[in-house]
Amino acid sequence: MGVRPVPGNVLEISHLHKAYGQNTVIEDLSLTVREGEVIVIVGPSGCGKSTLLRCINALEGNQGGEVRLHGEPVLKGSKNLPEIRQKIGMVFQNYELFPHMTVLDNIMLAPVKAQGRKKNEVREEALALLKRVGLETKADSFPRQLSGGQKQRTAIVRALCMHPDILLFDEVTAALDPEMVREVLEVILDLANQGKTMLVVTHEMQFARAIADWVVFLDDGRICEEGTPEEFFDHPKTERAKKFLNTFTFERKARQPKTI
Amino acid sequence: MFSEMLVKLWENGIIQMGIWETIYMTVLSSMIAYVIGLPLGVILHITDAEGIYPLRWVNRILGLFVNFFRSIPFIILMVAMLPVAKLIVGVSLGNRAMIVMLVIAASPYVARMVESSLKEVNAGVIEAAQSMGANNFQLVWKVLLPEAKPSLIVGSVISMVTILGYSAMASTIGGTGLGQIAISYGHQRFNPDVTWCCVILTVIIVQVIQEVGTWIAHKTDKRYSGGSAVK
Ligand SMILES: Nc1ncnc2c1ncn2[C@@H]1O[C@H](COP(=O)(O)OP(=O)(O)OP(=O)(O)O)[C@@H](O)[C@H]1O
Ligand SMILES: [Mg+2]
Repeated sequence: MGVRPVPGNVLEISHLHKAYGQNTVIEDLSLTVREGEVIVIVGPSGCGKSTLLRCINALEGNQGGEVRLHGEPVLKGSKNLPEIRQKIGMVFQNYELFPHMTVLDNIMLAPVKAQGRKKNEVREEALALLKRVGLETKADSFPRQLSGGQKQRTAIVRALCMHPDILLFDEVTAALDPEMVREVLEVILDLANQGKTMLVVTHEMQFARAIADWVVFLDDGRICEEGTPEEFFDHPKTERAKKFLNTFTFERKARQPKTI
Repeated sequence: MFSEMLVKLWENGIIQMGIWETIYMTVLSSMIAYVIGLPLGVILHITDAEGIYPLRWVNRILGLFVNFFRSIPFIILMVAMLPVAKLIVGVSLGNRAMIVMLVIAASPYVARMVESSLKEVNAGVIEAAQSMGANNFQLVWKVLLPEAKPSLIVGSVISMVTILGYSAMASTIGGTGLGQIAISYGHQRFNPDVTWCCVILTVIIVQVIQEVGTWIAHKTDKRYSGGSAVK
């Protein structure tokens, strides 16, 4: 079956529907990610951001609609799913590094075993990427010997080394201590500057604003509002978005004048 | 101090032979039990509803089969399986028959041990491997089994000690080993020191298996402090 890929479209989600039993989590959601685009997804806890990312690489099956990568359907249980997944890099909130493998082995496993690339070539690339994120001395360490920030940078390199067409980041700084958040976000910013195609879920609004080409505000499993970062953060249109953005600002009431 | 019998048994090398046979039986049966039990455990794990390749009926039937053998006390299983031993190795007496019994009793046990070790592997890590495009075969060989290795080794120590216990029981049906020496020279001929000697030797063998196994498991466990590749 010949499917003509729409030029420039990397990922197309159309009318996606996902439910856990009676509980609908994603409802009729459509979204297109174009080559080199950085789309940031924000929204309140439980609105379905993680579920959306997990549906994209079919870690979760769906109840309707479809996801296509370069025109090819991503279907849970289909024969070529492993192949397609190799082109979708995913970075998780809890890193999910293999605890019994060194940093280098963590990175090399999939390119060598799943993609069948040459060990030497992959090793060289892995070391170069590690250097780029400041981890060249950690190649032989085990995950337990790394800080949270170092683990997450390793996980990013692991995803990158697969040469994915698109990278999915799911709240990758949520489990980190505040002082480590920056080092990880800078790596992602660097990737954006290199022109990588990315779908980023984050609660870091400053970062979202800096990195996004397009912001999608998800609420209750639907796209409630979308726009450029300026539009969304400075002039949100919907009440829901305004309310959501307000949760990130703090104001203190004026002090009562002291009475003697 | 020692009974004449114990001295005689020692001088004729019967006890030494018993030690060797006990170890030999245990190790050989454990190995065969793992050849059968390891794949069974893997299949039980991956065909589970939550597993990477759910197959409801295969899982059900295999689970029933394993539970069936696990719920029969060894001593009864042994008697019931005598004809099977005869079928497989041609005799229903002696060490060869004993190994058949041990393997039949131990394989389902090993399968459950393996299954529980695999369950300990963090599901997130498996999803990470899936998201990188590992197929099911690679998932089992390159991620599931390597990540479960320390726990599998700990499990194999527990299995071996259990099999050692079985082998002592089994040696009463015409096999050889410390169990048989304890029964026929100690118990039946009223030499309590022979029995005790066998008990102590068995305890020592168990200790050695336990220590060596724990040491290896610790060595392979990179999550905490076992790793030596620290830079
Ligand atoms: N495996 C599951 N089974 C049943 N319900 C689930 C499951 N996973 C998620 N849900 C439900 O789906 C909804 C969306 O969850 P999801 O994890 O996608 O939210 P989220 O937007 O990522 O939230 P957060 O910002 O807290 O990470 C929630 O109501 C959650 O309870
Ligand atoms: Mg989430």
